[in-house]
Amino acid sequence: MIQAFGKYMVMLYSIFLKPEKFSIYWKRFVDEIIQLGLKSLFIVILMSGFMGAVLVIQTASVIESAWIPDYTVGFTVKQSMLLEFCPTIISLILAGKVGSNIASELGTMRVTEQIDALEVMGVNSVGYLIGPKIIASLFIFPIVIMYSMFFGFLGGGLVCFFTEIIPVEQYIEGIRSFSEENFGYVRYALIKTSVFAFLITSISSYFGYFLKGGALEVGKASTKAVVYSSVFILIANYILTQLILI
Amino acid sequence: MITVKHISKSFSDVQILKDISFVFETGKTNLIIGKSGSGKSVLTKCMVGLYEPDHGDIFFDDRKLSALKPKERKQLRREIGMLFQASALFDSLSVEENVAFPIKMFTKMSKEEIDERVNFCLNRVDIINKNQLYPSELSGGMQKRVAIARAIAMQPKYLFCDEPNSGLDPVTAIVIDELIQEITEEYNMTTIVITHDMNSVLEIGENIMFIDQGENKWTGSKNEILDVKVKELHDFIYVSKFLQQMKK
Repeated sequence: MIQAFGKYMVMLYSIFLKPEKFSIYWKRFVDEIIQLGLKSLFIVILMSGFMGAVLVIQTASVIESAWIPDYTVGFTVKQSMLLEFCPTIISLILAGKVGSNIASELGTMRVTEQIDALEVMGVNSVGYLIGPKIIASLFIFPIVIMYSMFFGFLGGGLVCFFTEIIPVEQYIEGIRSFSEENFGYVRYALIKTSVFAFLITSISSYFGYFLKGGALEVGKASTKAVVYSSVFILIANYILTQLILI
Repeated sequence: MITVKHISKSFSDVQILKDISFVFETGKTNLIIGKSGSGKSVLTKCMVGLYEPDHGDIFFDDRKLSALKPKERKQLRREIGMLFQASALFDSLSVEENVAFPIKMFTKMSKEEIDERVNFCLNRVDIINKNQLYPSELSGGMQKRVAIARAIAMQPKYLFCDEPNSGLDPVTAIVIDELIQEITEEYNMTTIVITHDMNSVLEIGENIMFIDQGENKWTGSKNEILDVKVKELHDFIYVSKFLQQMKK
């Protein structure tokens, strides 16, 4: 356990060593933005839209009292999406998609000696392979989560429009209510997302980069990457909520 | 010239290399031969700096590897080309990009100069009109050739080849062996080939070291190897009935 933590820290240190050639690292950074962020956008939008839609139906169905205004539904959807669903649930989804992708990519490179080839050439393999992934995820994941927020609200709005479960105007009013607090909630969500982005990419990279064995181990590393990333996301979620919200 | 002196290496409690010493000569194809698991690859990985030996020293000409500072070690690595057993071409890069990778990373050549160098290297290994293909679209033999092209792209002083003809048919294997020998002579490199293929040994073995259970059991050339008296090497060479009959 301590040895693994030590290796993880050394790996993180190696990321910050001076790049051999900045232009090549920049190209890797752009590629990773596409790979990790833009290629995840469709699934994020799809999930967020349906989450928003389901939240509207569930919330509206449990609020039966005539004393509770309709805009409460919009308010509840907003709070749920901003505080928990978008940053945490979507990050858990990304841990599954991106985490397994990173671990299997690096694991395969290890097994097929591509990482050794980089090292023999004199390239800082951690900096070249992992550094751009971490930096790209820190940059793109918060943007992806903002898309998630927007499409989550949109999903809820479409349900209101098509089913008339509550009037769309009431839903929008709920979303916009207590607007002075919204900026703080978004900031909280983006801080959480940045921490989760770092955890997903660094933990998954660790399991892929230090893989030993063959094809079977690539699969195991991929599973471990998802499991450990998810567990650490949940722990970090609790700690950050305690630190920021209370 | 690369000199290894009294190299030992263990993993956990298992000793893989035991007091190995040898001189790999410049301009010659130096072979490390031995059975699978005898320690050939570990010795090579110690020499290129992927593993740290427990004891002993490695000298690249007059540079002692263990005494080099990280920057000097990086510089030395740029003088090394390596051909891996599974070629180790980067899957996400095309043939052209694979060969250009070390040049782009470590030189300030213009795009035209890089293209010229890449095409020269690919032509040298007889890979023509395949620049835009990806490694997965090439045959095993072609992958090895591209890997050789990448290894020589930076005009290395030292070339390491880890079982260059494993998984290849005998004809392609000999083509790869001959290519390595030609390149070695052409660029006056210190080339080290790890192999357990007797065809390669008899084809290109100018300076051979036989390793058995981590020990250097015999050194010599292809002209001497068939008359060897060392039991382990004799058993290694004459394992096939064909060679046994040939000897009789």
